[in-house]
Amino acid sequence: MTTPENMTPDRPGPAPVDLTWTANPGGPVSQWIDNHARQLFIMPAVLMILVFSIFPLVASLIIAFSRIRLRGGGYQVRFVGWKNFEKQIFGSEQFHFLGTFTQMSVVGWMVGLSVTGLILWWMYKYVTTQFTVVGFIGRLITASVTIAIAFMFAATFFSGNPFGTLGVTLFYVFVGCGVQFLIGLGLAFLCSQQIRGRNFFRVAFFIPMMITPIGVGYVFRMLADTTKGPFTPLWQGLGLKDFAWATDPWAARVFIVIGDSWQWIPFVFIILLAAFENVPRDYVEAAEMDGAGSWQIFREITWPQVLPVAVTVMLIRVIEAFKIVDLPNIMTSGGPGIATESMSLHSFFAWRALDLGQSAAIAYLLLFVTVVICVSFFNLIVLNRMRQND
Amino acid sequence: MKTTFKSLLTGAMAAAMMTGASTATAGEFDGVTVNILTRPGPVIAGRLVDRGKEFTEMTGAEIRVNEVPFAEIFQKLLTDWATGTNSIDVGVFASGWAVELVDGGLVENLDPYIAKDDKINFDDIAPYFREFNQKIGGSTYLITVDGDFQMLYYRRDILEKIGMEPPATWDDYMKVAEAMHGMDMNGDGEADYGSCIFKKRNAQSYFAIGSIAAGFSQTQGTGEGLWFDPETMKPKINNAAWAEAFRVYKDTGKFAPADELNQDIGDTRALVQAGRCGLVIDWGDIGPLSIDEAGAAIKDKMGAVIMPGSPMVLDADSNTLVQCDATRCPHATNGVNHAPYAAFGGWAGAINQKSDQKVKDAAYAFLSYVNQAEQSNVDVTMGWTGYNPYRNSQLNDTTKWIEAGFSPEFADNYLGAIKDSLNHPNMASDVRIPGAQQYTGVVLDRELARFLAGEITAEQALANIEEGWEEITEDFDRESQAQMYKLSLGITN
Repeated sequence: MTTPENMTPDRPGPAPVDLTWTANPGGPVSQWIDNHARQLFIMPAVLMILVFSIFPLVASLIIAFSRIRLRGGGYQVRFVGWKNFEKQIFGSEQFHFLGTFTQMSVVGWMVGLSVTGLILWWMYKYVTTQFTVVGFIGRLITASVTIAIAFMFAATFFSGNPFGTLGVTLFYVFVGCGVQFLIGLGLAFLCSQQIRGRNFFRVAFFIPMMITPIGVGYVFRMLADTTKGPFTPLWQGLGLKDFAWATDPWAARVFIVIGDSWQWIPFVFIILLAAFENVPRDYVEAAEMDGAGSWQIFREITWPQVLPVAVTVMLIRVIEAFKIVDLPNIMTSGGPGIATESMSLHSFFAWRALDLGQSAAIAYLLLFVTVVICVSFFNLIVLNRMRQND
Repeated sequence: MKTTFKSLLTGAMAAAMMTGASTATAGEFDGVTVNILTRPGPVIAGRLVDRGKEFTEMTGAEIRVNEVPFAEIFQKLLTDWATGTNSIDVGVFASGWAVELVDGGLVENLDPYIAKDDKINFDDIAPYFREFNQKIGGSTYLITVDGDFQMLYYRRDILEKIGMEPPATWDDYMKVAEAMHGMDMNGDGEADYGSCIFKKRNAQSYFAIGSIAAGFSQTQGTGEGLWFDPETMKPKINNAAWAEAFRVYKDTGKFAPADELNQDIGDTRALVQAGRCGLVIDWGDIGPLSIDEAGAAIKDKMGAVIMPGSPMVLDADSNTLVQCDATRCPHATNGVNHAPYAAFGGWAGAINQKSDQKVKDAAYAFLSYVNQAEQSNVDVTMGWTGYNPYRNSQLNDTTKWIEAGFSPEFADNYLGAIKDSLNHPNMASDVRIPGAQQYTGVVLDRELARFLAGEITAEQALANIEEGWEEITEDFDRESQAQMYKLSLGITN
């Protein structure tokens, strides 16, 4: 606590400024300020978050439950309850968001029921060993979403039906991030070794991340063109002259994942490289002295040191990947049909047509799926692992 | 070629200055700035910039052309005008989008301005654009800068070689496309394509399907309406005519590039200019593009004809296609019903009602200047401008076209095809009601893409479109939508 006494300089010098009005412990204003100093200091940051983060979040939530029309004089907002969400999950847009549901195949039933069985067994194990109310609720949400997604794929992909933008997004997230992690990890490990020209490779591997995603989209669209692109002779040589990747749903999705991976492997690479280089040399040297092999050193010393960074980088990457929009927009415009349309692109197309309610509803559905998957990943895998290490 | 363009441009500028082509006078708009929003140049925007400089010299008004991606023009404009931001004074966009803006009370009624304008000569504008495209509810809200409708283009030299006639029906189209497919049409030793029609999603495919469906569906003239029943707003899409159009559109892919599903208009035009396409559906641009430097492979080799039609048209009661007769197809030619489709309707300028009066005056004077025959008759002959003919004087005199580089034979052929389409009493109008982009650009486009990709059948796609359209209609209010649709078709009762 500052007082007039301890603010007075002991040594001779310039005349002290009269601060008594601010420091008067008896004044009601200064008393109030003093009592609320913490709140006042934190206020600017809180206001910034409220204005730039919370307000848009609340506003978009309101939009998600409304139909909006722009007219002379401003917006015309009509509250429609859950209608925008209903349309996506049960209504005319179900095929677009979840997929086309017809008869479920035997394989579909097997997949759906197997996943359900595994999840129920996992829940049973949890309830009988380490039950807490909060943990149970969290796991219940994770289990419900996992079973729902499993049945969605069972009824679409495993039953010969096209899946919707949710399935496409999950494909980009899990396949794309998986590829990016494995290649990024491998490259980072290689560049952390004492190999010739490693500085060159470090820069070369990092460049793609600095290119705008729109540029990447156009470049890959051109590279993958089998009739006019620079690799046309190669495609022709492989007998693919008349093959059009963009007209085949799986080929188009794979090409988008390749483009996305090309751009984002450097992100995984650069962070994991830093992690590899931070592994204490003396640990490794000690292991070598003890006669450990390369694989043993990697598994027992390097990997545990790198793991926390790897988990963090993948969490960031997964969150980013859920929002993929540029590449499918540029490379295929979501086609053929809706085969490469991600949820973000789905939301963007609705927004572009001024269907703001649908656009916001899709954005919230995306937020829900992202939060459930990322929180589940962090709580159930990362924290569990950390607890085990402790 | 460049010299020709330059001399034409200089001549036009000089003529404009000398005759005082605009209604504005020197220095009248000193200090006034007109902000225009349109698509990225050079197409459409580029010529507005050029004409803007001339206009500034003539009147003192500064013309600023702001460019945004095509798909965002309407959204940005509506947001700007509806929320009262009003940073844009003029929108140059698809004429069909204006209905929603007019419905929201955001667009200036141009009737009083036109009444005082002795230079614009509205009677010279082709009837469809004058009476349907520029007007909403009987009043003019738009000034056309580009007349848009689709036609069929063919390689005249190849057709002569194989001894076939330009297609008049879609059956003919398939036969000709099949005959041409695989021929080397540009002498590069590679097999080329019988048909090129953009099919990419979220691009222009919903315009192409409209052009195909119109001939099967609309028979009684523009006022019949291609899209909805004007009384009930029930979609006229889940029927045999559209199912046939969907199948025709997909079947054209048999004689097309392998990646046609991922080609938009830019891709197909590049192929056309490279001499790789036998038959093409496009707006009026192919004519001027064929005399462009990049179009050397097709110079004097293209022909144009009204969009193919069908001798079999929809009988709504039985939901089947039946043979045309005098009652059923009153506008048929040789028993074939044609319905040239005013896809997109053309680029047109609308003025923000909330702009200052002086700015509105300057904005109108500028739009009038661009539209007047002295300027537009030159602009439409240049491929890069993206401006297609919409005035009779642009069609009746081939001189400027020949000066621009057309051969007299192609100028006659090209302008003849345009005249056949523009003056056709059965011209099909685009969707010009609130939510137009949702009806066609989202729902129709998406279902068409799914059908083309083999995800669903034509019948499933059409049922989905019907359901989606009904939802949009309900959302916007059926009665007001019906009223707007009637007005867009010129039905005033």
